[in-house]
Amino acid sequence: MDKSGHLPISRRNLMIVAGASVASAAVPGSAGAQTPDLARSGAAPVSSKVSFRVNGATRGLELDTRTTLLDALREHLHLTGSKKGCDHGQCGACTVIVDGQRIVSCLTLAVMHEGASVTTIEGLGTPDDLHPMQAAFIKHDGYQCGYCTPGQICSAVAVLDELKAGIPSHVSGDLTAAPELTSAELRERMSGNICRCGAYSNIIDAIAEVAGSAA
Amino acid sequence: MKSFTYEKAESPAAAAASAARRPGAKFIAGGTNLLDLMKLEIEAPTHLIDVNDLGFDKIETTSNGGLRVGALVRNTALAADPRVRRDYGVLSRALLAGATGQLRNKATTAGNLLQRTRCPYFYDTNLPCNKRIPGSGCSAIGGVTRSLAVIGSSDACIATNPSDMAVAMRVLDATVETMRADGTTRGIPIADFHRLPGDTPHIDTVLEAGELVTAVTLPKPEVGKHIYRKVRDRASYAFALVSVAAVVQRDGSGRVAVGGVAHKPWRVEAAEAAQPRGPRVMASDLLAGAKPQPDNAFKLALVERTLAAVLDEAKG
Repeated sequence: MDKSGHLPISRRNLMIVAGASVASAAVPGSAGAQTPDLARSGAAPVSSKVSFRVNGATRGLELDTRTTLLDALREHLHLTGSKKGCDHGQCGACTVIVDGQRIVSCLTLAVMHEGASVTTIEGLGTPDDLHPMQAAFIKHDGYQCGYCTPGQICSAVAVLDELKAGIPSHVSGDLTAAPELTSAELRERMSGNICRCGAYSNIIDAIAEVAGSAA
Repeated sequence: MKSFTYEKAESPAAAAASAARRPGAKFIAGGTNLLDLMKLEIEAPTHLIDVNDLGFDKIETTSNGGLRVGALVRNTALAADPRVRRDYGVLSRALLAGATGQLRNKATTAGNLLQRTRCPYFYDTNLPCNKRIPGSGCSAIGGVTRSLAVIGSSDACIATNPSDMAVAMRVLDATVETMRADGTTRGIPIADFHRLPGDTPHIDTVLEAGELVTAVTLPKPEVGKHIYRKVRDRASYAFALVSVAAVVQRDGSGRVAVGGVAHKPWRVEAAEAAQPRGPRVMASDLLAGAKPQPDNAFKLALVERTLAAVLDEAKG
């Protein structure tokens, strides 16, 4: 049971945190705050216990009910691979795989995932033993700054499973036939993962290579 | 986000009763819309009732040859179901035209029906909005209205319903099944499920307090060409400016519902008689009485052109 739930703050980290809060204060309505604003919320915080598997290990947590799955992973389990981009389900940077399906972890509550099995980028591969999708992203230069990359890779791995399962997409020509592995299909299926650097064509190349070798 | 207590409901009756007991309670299933709004404090439930374990996650054949879609069936699962792909293509297409793979994996059938408008003024908590704060005024009228309603709106609200799925369900004459707090059930025709804004735009549907959607029933398959065409600012992952759901027969007759133009999926059965007379006459009948804003009058022409494209596609 991880009850402390806070990252140790070094002097350097403290400066970074302070800098970030100045930046977010300058943007009204930004979703930058990661701790609940108790002054505004009025009612007392409510906490609840939850236990789920993350990358194969069972993790028990006691969390404020407001904690999203993303914040549970990042702030409480210190798995910072999954990124917080928009925190509103629009960018895909927080994409993880829950019970075999990709979801945006920012738009679901941690307490709703009792008994679930969560895979994050940390669970797909390691620096010494990369997942084929990770290796392909490196080979094809499927990123620049890298911030969206963990979400892109988790999404891409699930997209190939969805294709294999025969799930159609908006661009599938015949609804009753198995979807084809085309770049149009991959682009449509990856439209929930935004890349500010615009590495899209290389991302599609990377996914297509993995899909081709898996076929 | 405001703090809230949380419970996992164990039966539909218990969920409905719990919601009726607590005026500040809300059901949560996929959560993709509710949590977004809670982060902005546009929604601030004091209690969440998690309905994910109620077992409404099946698609069953009904005795009259239709389908009963459980309220918790995810949008991906509904779009990918072989029976839906074969017999209700317009529904599969509409679902696949909405949101993203990640969101469709979470979003449920009932949640899709109950999603709130994406009017930018509903989301901007610095400005008045009658839907967000009743009586505060409508900032959209006279504002940026490109995405907003052209018909069925009121002086209090020009928001649109953002659902693609609901437009297809409207053309299929689906029925929404519910359970009320006292345990009684009812079926609400999809045509009556969503309201027009009138003077009370904060009320989106005819559901009573605590009333829980349990399923959506589709009548037996409507023979004809099933088409869903969505026109939007991006090729993927954007809400409709205009969308058309249609089931068209060989002679050019059929059913049509339009999305992106009103507070509910817009269907005028009387206008469907005009279908063989071409898209111009039909659009004119369908949109009779439209009151567009300066920024969105283009939607009237866009409906006509999208109808024309759909009728062309039906011939092919």
